[in-house]
Amino acid sequence: MYTTELKERNQAVQGLSLEREDPERLAAFEARVAADDFIEPKDWMPEAYRKTLIRQISQHAHSEIVGMLPEGNWITRAPNLRRKAILLAKVQDEGGHGLYLYAAAETLGITREEMIEALHSGRAKYSTIFNYPTLTWADIGAIGWLVDGAAIMNQVPLQRTSYGPYARAMVRICKEESFHQRQGYEIMMTLANGTDAQKRMAQDALDRWWWPSLMMFGPPDENSPNTAQSVRWRIKRETNDELRQKFVDVTVPQADALGLVVPDPKLKWNEERGHYDFGDIDWDEFYAVVRGEGPVAKERMTARVKAWEDGKWVRDAAAAHAEKRGMRIAAE
Amino acid sequence: MNRNWPLWEVFVRAKNGLSHRHVGSVHAADARMAIEAARDVYTRRMEGVSLWVVPSNAITASDPKEHADLFEPAEDKVYRHPTFYAIPDNVKNI
Repeated sequence: MYTTELKERNQAVQGLSLEREDPERLAAFEARVAADDFIEPKDWMPEAYRKTLIRQISQHAHSEIVGMLPEGNWITRAPNLRRKAILLAKVQDEGGHGLYLYAAAETLGITREEMIEALHSGRAKYSTIFNYPTLTWADIGAIGWLVDGAAIMNQVPLQRTSYGPYARAMVRICKEESFHQRQGYEIMMTLANGTDAQKRMAQDALDRWWWPSLMMFGPPDENSPNTAQSVRWRIKRETNDELRQKFVDVTVPQADALGLVVPDPKLKWNEERGHYDFGDIDWDEFYAVVRGEGPVAKERMTARVKAWEDGKWVRDAAAAHAEKRGMRIAAE
Repeated sequence: MNRNWPLWEVFVRAKNGLSHRHVGSVHAADARMAIEAARDVYTRRMEGVSLWVVPSNAITASDPKEHADLFEPAEDKVYRHPTFYAIPDNVKNI
């Protein structure tokens, strides 16, 4: 899954001036990045680059972890054992993706605990998509197909992002993500070819997840002032609107193949542009969800904090055990 | 008590005959737990047959600032490669 590029990030980074950086080092750094060289943890980097990456990678990690919740909600209610095993594997993958990304962010000098604290206190953001509820089994299909589909669209170019540990994490993630999308589409196919009630369920899921999925690409380019900087630093490789258009272009024919209708009366193939035209996105809703006003935002954070607090005794016991053994070995 | 678990670097041998390769890192209280976490995080799809976990703080890395001192001397020693030497075509098996 992918984190939405958030306004908060831009504001924070704008406060970091490049003027304080040594111009010679900065020029050498920019030349390396422009030549598609990778930057590794011990290399010199501008503070703004480091801060932007910490924010982007940790938000991405948080999205993976919070993203386990809406789908975990259906593990015990999967319609059969095959679906249950698949969903378990997918949710476990999301946990793994979160861990790859936390580890990549840690190479930039932030600790795991600081990141978790930032998430739990509400300072750190995660993708707005996970603040929508999963009401029916069809939502699990729609998430795999649309949400993971949008994530793949975002993540494929990030395999060539300039920061080595982030790029390597993305390579692993992309390899695993493609099964997520296909299993979701398979659920949609089964429902779309099922009874009338099942078909209605599939259509209802598409109706609810379509627009939030388009919002996953983040604000339109004209409201994304730091895109230019991020593209120059190869932290981002394509703009929000470019990726969104790509997603619409590949997804509409997939909906047609299912016999489902994309909930956008303005959606139309534009022969001249060679792309689909589509309707306006409700950005007020997007920013409201970013601010934490999503339908289940509170529930998500309560679940995360509870899991962390309920697991504390296990973490403490493991640390105490390791310490005791260490002392015993030292004494021998 | 609130102790953060140390960081471990994870190395996976994809199959016998190949060397272990660095794949990422995990936090764990001890080595056994690091192996178990590494198994869950890095070998969910038959990526390996053997795991190494090494405490991250046990690794000494070269400094990028020493790059020139360490690696540039090799650049002008092309005579270490076989293609540096021109051997006539009629001479075989060399």
